[in-house]
This record gives sequence, C-alpha cells and structure tokens, in this order.
Amino acid sequence: MENIINLKDIVVEFEDGEKILKNINLDIKDKEFVTFLGPSGCGKTTTLRIIAGFLEPTSGDVFFDGQRINGLPPHKRNINTVFQRYALFPHLNVYENIAFGLRVKKVPEKEIVSRVGEMLEMVNLMGFEKRSVNRLSGGQQQRVAIARALVNHPKVLLLDEPLGALDLKLRKEMQIELRKIQQELELTFVYVTHDQEEALTMSDSIVVMNNGYIQQIGSPTDIYNEPVNAFVADFIGESNIINGSMPKDCVVEFTGKRFECVDKGFSPNEAVDVVIRPEDVRIIPAEKAQLTGRVESVVFKGVHYEMCVDGVDNKWIIHSTKACPVGSMVGMTVDPDDIHIMKKSEDNAL
Amino acid sequence: MKKLGKIYLILVLLFLYVPIFVLIVFSFNETKSRSVFSGFTLDWYRRLFHNKIIISSLVNTIIIAVAASIVSTVLGTLAAIGIHHMRKVPKAVVMNITNMPIINPEIVTGVSLMLLFVFFAARMNLEFGFVTLIIAHITFNVPYVILNVMPKFNQMNPHIFEAAQDLGCSPVQAFRKVVLPEIMPGVVSGFLMSFTYSLDDFVVSYFTSGSTSQTLPITIYSMTRRKVSPEINALSTLIFIAVVIVLIVKNALENKAARKNASYKEGL
Amino acid sequence: MKLKYFSAPYLVWMVVFIVVPLIMIVYFAFTTDNGSFTMKYISDVGQYANIFVRSIWLSLIATAICLVIAYPVAFILSRMDKHKQGTMLMIVMLPMWMNFLLRTYAWMTILGNNGIINHILNIMGFESVRLINTSGAVVLGMVYNYLPFMILPLYSVMEKIDKSLFEAADDLGCSPVSTLFRVVIPLSMPGITSGITMVFVPAISTFIISRMLGGGSNLLIGDLIEMQFLGNAYNPHLGAAISLVLMVIILVIMTVMNQFDPDEQVLM
Repeated sequence: MENIINLKDIVVEFEDGEKILKNINLDIKDKEFVTFLGPSGCGKTTTLRIIAGFLEPTSGDVFFDGQRINGLPPHKRNINTVFQRYALFPHLNVYENIAFGLRVKKVPEKEIVSRVGEMLEMVNLMGFEKRSVNRLSGGQQQRVAIARALVNHPKVLLLDEPLGALDLKLRKEMQIELRKIQQELELTFVYVTHDQEEALTMSDSIVVMNNGYIQQIGSPTDIYNEPVNAFVADFIGESNIINGSMPKDCVVEFTGKRFECVDKGFSPNEAVDVVIRPEDVRIIPAEKAQLTGRVESVVFKGVHYEMCVDGVDNKWIIHSTKACPVGSMVGMTVDPDDIHIMKKSEDNAL
Repeated sequence: MKKLGKIYLILVLLFLYVPIFVLIVFSFNETKSRSVFSGFTLDWYRRLFHNKIIISSLVNTIIIAVAASIVSTVLGTLAAIGIHHMRKVPKAVVMNITNMPIINPEIVTGVSLMLLFVFFAARMNLEFGFVTLIIAHITFNVPYVILNVMPKFNQMNPHIFEAAQDLGCSPVQAFRKVVLPEIMPGVVSGFLMSFTYSLDDFVVSYFTSGSTSQTLPITIYSMTRRKVSPEINALSTLIFIAVVIVLIVKNALENKAARKNASYKEGL
Repeated sequence: MKLKYFSAPYLVWMVVFIVVPLIMIVYFAFTTDNGSFTMKYISDVGQYANIFVRSIWLSLIATAICLVIAYPVAFILSRMDKHKQGTMLMIVMLPMWMNFLLRTYAWMTILGNNGIINHILNIMGFESVRLINTSGAVVLGMVYNYLPFMILPLYSVMEKIDKSLFEAADDLGCSPVSTLFRVVIPLSMPGITSGITMVFVPAISTFIISRMLGGGSNLLIGDLIEMQFLGNAYNPHLGAAISLVLMVIILVIMTVMNQFDPDEQVLM
C-alpha cells in the first residue's frame, strides 16, 4: 500500500512560545483507518488541523499523494473533515447541508440530486431532506456531517472526535457503521479520539500521542499487548505500573523481590517501569505467594470484579471473576510473559 | 397573594398610562385648557399637519435616523467581526471603550462631541447641522450594533467557517454563505435599535445640531418651552398610536417565530 | 486573511469620536482659553456643591423609589405564564417608547397650577396646591421616566430563576419572606445593580426633567453643564470641568455598585 499522507518533522509552536507539536513524523497509508489517540492537549487535533489545512506548521512538511501541500488552503485540498460537534450550517436544511460542497464547486444540478440522494441512502436519512438540522437528534446530525463530507468524494476523511457527543449505545452503533463505510468506500479515515476502546475497535493502526510527541504507532493488538512505555500501557487499558530494576536479562526486581520475566537488553540494574495488566494478576493463597496484600475494596464490573489490593509498597488493581472478601489477605502471582518491562518514560519520543 | 399581585400591577400600569391618556384626551379638547374638557375637536391635528416646522423636523429626523443607522450597521458589523477575532487584551480594551457611550451620561457624550465639532468648525469648513448630527448619531449607535452582533458570533459554532472552507469555499465565500446568515438576526436587531434610538434622541442632538437642522425631539422641546399648545398633545397621540402599531406587529412576529420554534421542538 | 482588520474603520471612528472627545473634556477642564494649565475650573466646581448635593440626593431618592416599585412588578411578571409574560412586558415597556420629552410634558400638564390635579382639588373644595416646580415633581418625573429601566434588568434576571428553587426553599423550611431574602434577592442581585445604574446615571445627569418640572429653583448638574455650553453663561472650560466631576461621581458609584455584584456587570 502506498502512503497518502506524510508528515515530516512537524513542529507547531504558538506565538506565546508554547510547543503543541514537538516533532511529528508520520506516514498514513492509503485506504487505512488511522486513529490518533491521546489525552486532551496531546496534539492530536492539532495534527488533524495541519492535514486539513486550517493550521500551518511552524516547521516541517506535509505531503499529500507525494506532493508537498504546505500553504495550500483547506478548500483546495481533496480532504474533508467531520467536525467535533458537527458544525452543520444551522440556516440550511439537511439536503442543502449535504449539497453545500457540490454547490460551491458548481456541480450540475442533476449530479447534485443523485449524489446527495446516494449519501442520504448511505447514512439512512431518506425522507429527512427538508428537515432543519436543528431538529435532528445527535445521531442524525452526526450522519449529516458524515454525508456532507463524503459527498465530495474526498480521498481522505478527517474525523475529529465525531462521536464524543453521543450516548454509549449510539456511539457503539456509529463505530461499526463508520468502519463499514470506510471499508465499502475504500477511503482513508484519520480519526481523532481520546477513547482508547473506540480506537481499539475501529482502527487499522493507532497513533498514540502525548505531550506533542508520538509515543507509539502500531496495530491495535500490538499497542495493547506490546506497549512501548508506561504511558501507552496506562493509557491503553488500566495497568499496574511499579518501579523496578533489572539485575540481569530475564530477571526483574520489584517490591524487594525477584521475578522471572522475558525482557532483556537493559543495562545491569537499570531502573525500569514494570507494567502488569489487572487481568494478568492471579489470586492464589497468601502463604504460597511472593506477593501478598490486603483486599481494600471489591467492585462488581459486570464481567469481572475489580479489586483493589494494598500490597504495602504499592496498590494493585486486579480483575478477577472471583471476589475475595474485603479485609482478607490474598496472594498474587503473575506469569513471566505477563510482566512487561519498560524504560522509564519521560516524554520519550520515537 | 395572586390577587394582590394583580392589583399592584394594575396600579403601576395606571401610573404609567394615565399621563399618556390625559395627553391623548386633551388633544381633542376644544380649548387650550389642560383641566377642563369643553368639547370635541380635531382642530389641533389639522394645525399639526400644517405646521411646517414640525413636518420639516420630522423629515430631518427620518433622514438622519436612516443614514445614521445604515452607516452604524455596516460599521458595527464589520467591527464585531474584527473584534471577535482579536486577542483577549485588545478585545477587552476595545469593548470597554465601545461601552463608553452607553455607560456615560448622554449629556457628557453630547457636550464632548460638541467640543470636538467646535474644534473642527473653527479649523475646517464644518458647520453644525446634518453632518454633525449624523456623526453624533452614528457614534452612539455603533456600540448598540456591536453589542447585538457580538453575541451571535459567540453563539455560532466556531467550526462552521472552517467547515465551509473544508467543503470548498474560499474564505470570502465561506463568510457570505455561512457566517453572514448566522449573524443576520443580530445585524437586523442592531439596525432597528439604532434606528429607534436615532428617532428618539434628544440630548445628544440638542448639543450637536445647528439652528437649521432641527430634529423632531428638538422641535418638541422648543414647543414645550413656549406657550402651551395642544398640538403637542395631538403629536403625542399620533406617536403613541404609531408605537402601539409597531409593537403589536413586532409582538405578533415574535409570537409567530416562537410558535414555529415550539412546533420544531415537538417534532423531535 | 486577517479578520481582525475588519474592525479598522470602526477603530478609527472610535478613536476620533469617542476617545478624542473625552480627552477634550479633560483638556478643557484643566486649561484656560490660551491653553495653559489651570486648576481654576475644577476648583470652581466647588461653588456648585449645593447643586451636586441636590442632584445626587434627588436621583438617589428616585432610584430608591424605582427599585421599590419595580421589584414586585418584575417578580410578578417573571412568575406569570410564559406566553403572557411577553405581552405583559410589552405593555409595561410601551410608555418608554414614547419620547421622554412628551412623557415629561404629560406631567407638566397634570401637575400644573391649572392642571388636572388642582382642578379636581378645587372642585372638591380644596385650595390649589403648588405641585409643579418643586423638587417632588422632579423626583416624580425621574421615577416616571426611568421606572422601565429598573423593571427590565430585574425582570430579565428573575425570569431565569428556576421555579424549583422556590419549591426547594419551601421544602427546606423557608417562609415566603425568608425565601425572598435568602433566595430571590441574592439571585436577583445582578439585576438590582444594573437597574440602579440604569436609573441613577440618566437621573443624575438630566436637565430636561428639572427644567420642565422643577422650574428655575431646582437646578441639577445637567442644567449646570447645559448652561455652560448652550446657555448665557457660556464657558466650555467650566462645563468640561463639571462634566468631568460628574463622570468621576458616576464612576465611583458604579464601582461601589459592582462590589455587590458577584458577576460582571449586566448591561441591558
């Protein structure tokens, strides 16, 4: 697959000297569903706005289909955006909102009718043509926003937290629908979200961002199973992150005890973050365990119980199908390949 | 308790309306008496319509109000666009100065402009009259236009301007096609407010008009200074009727819009 | 394209017709005819201390009366059925749309020595009373003219008070009176402060009401200023000095008012 968008050494610095993006290098493949994931203020929306053309990077180059497009205004880019909170035009009805881009380009009326019709069908809004957009539900407005962008046949669709305003059930439905649309139309989607679950469900690849740096790029499985640092591990699902050190390869020391692990390549006694997923901690009788703690709380989460265990040096979050009584002493064990060792993360860029 | 409230409201309304009705009643009085109604006549109205000073000052007032409110609307709308896109500090400075003519007593606005015009009159070929009046009216009107348009920008989804560009509009097209329709209600109400304030203004006009170009309120003032004439009563009656008609129409339009809105909401 | 530059024409206008005139007031207040610095005019203002005291006093009384009358009106209005509120508000505000010269003129004819009130008194066998050209008449004129300016901000604040707050207060053991003091008044504070400003500022600076209803014996600051600019006493330096002092008084009072207002100032 070819790259459709390349970002090279992108830096964005605001007039007050605040650096929003510190050094972004990114290739987006054609027909791919890419998600920018990160906490608010991490730079994901800024990156999206650079691709759309609303923002010029302070330095660095933007390539679209191999051509440098720095300075090209948004209306001359074959890219469309689905805005956060939709940005529908309140003075136009559903049909005219969708037809907007075509009218600007002076597309013949006959073609407008057929293309808008197609879109209405695709997003399931037939019969709503004359409706004022103010009278639509959140989900319907969302569909109009998508149709309004896609009717222009962009090569790339940018989506800025498009589902943020919807309730959970609707959000799940729209996630599936968006993915379906992307695959059917064979388009490149660049999707911005702070919701890790959303990112994991929909994407071909995920770009995890923090503090203006890209932390990790990879497929959802890679990112979940092999987070490169504690930030990614913590942001993608919950994690127990413990300070530790590596006396030698395949041995890690934390909470004063030594454990077997599978990671190597650290310098002797290097300080590291030890990351363990809550579901990888198994409860065993206390007397047999290297790790023990007192159960502080138990919360039923539907599929599993979430327990907080006070292990003196640090607290553990454990997901287990069995609940232990609050106040009881429990033992904990972790399989060697569930212990993830990471370099101490301090804005460590790729 | 409810009844007490009603009685109270009626008393306040009596206080507000009785003086106006007294004016109206005596506009039909045969004699010039302000206390005894001696017989019905339309004579004062007839005289009013033949009063050249009143007619010409009415024409002046309308010309000035139209000119001032059109210029204020254009100037104020452009200003609101610009101010909305300013940074925080310059924006605060400009808005504070813009509020000056609203907060300051009218008489201060009036005399300060008079000082300026006297200064110009002495150095350039400026005469007190239409020009000074229109400038003065624009000066106190523009802030109202800005205050009417600014909230429309704040209510507007800031992304629609970008959305239009994203869909292929140049910035100018985007402004015309999506921003202008959004701020239009504010522009219209700013214009109407300017027009009303211009028609009604006495204090600022009093200090900035010449002897040749009197507005209606100035003429009314000089009439009240002279001998009592029921022509003023007749004029008041006509103005009152005009105001009532305008407000009823306005109210009806607003109710219609509100009903439309309500049915929208039911439609959801 | 930099949208902020749209405000350029207005910024020029603002500087020339708002900022420069105010600077000229300051300049005139501190200079003599040949341009040299003087404190003479500012200190001369002291001679008119009695007029300042009278203006402040009368407009404070008028403001207080307006507040007392308007508060229940605004409350009753705000608790009416929603669809009645609009119409009722329009009826309350309608007299304000009449030119205030005419409204003041109405009271001139009612209070006059040959006016309706004295006529009724005579019929009932009482002596005529001097009503016009008293300070009471001036206060009455202020209250009548500016009452709607008090009702409007109070109403717009109270209208936003959720009905459930009254129920909550009731539920928590408040009597109607303690609900008034613990809930309604604190919540309507922004309306009270802006209402007070909107009545006090025009009241303290008026010269029409005092002239039409107060005769020659109840001069106010406004009359004083007017006399320096358009009257026989022509002296723009003294007029500017008086205007400056008036602005400072208003500024001080508004600053004090803002202390009571937790939010930013509410305009209109």
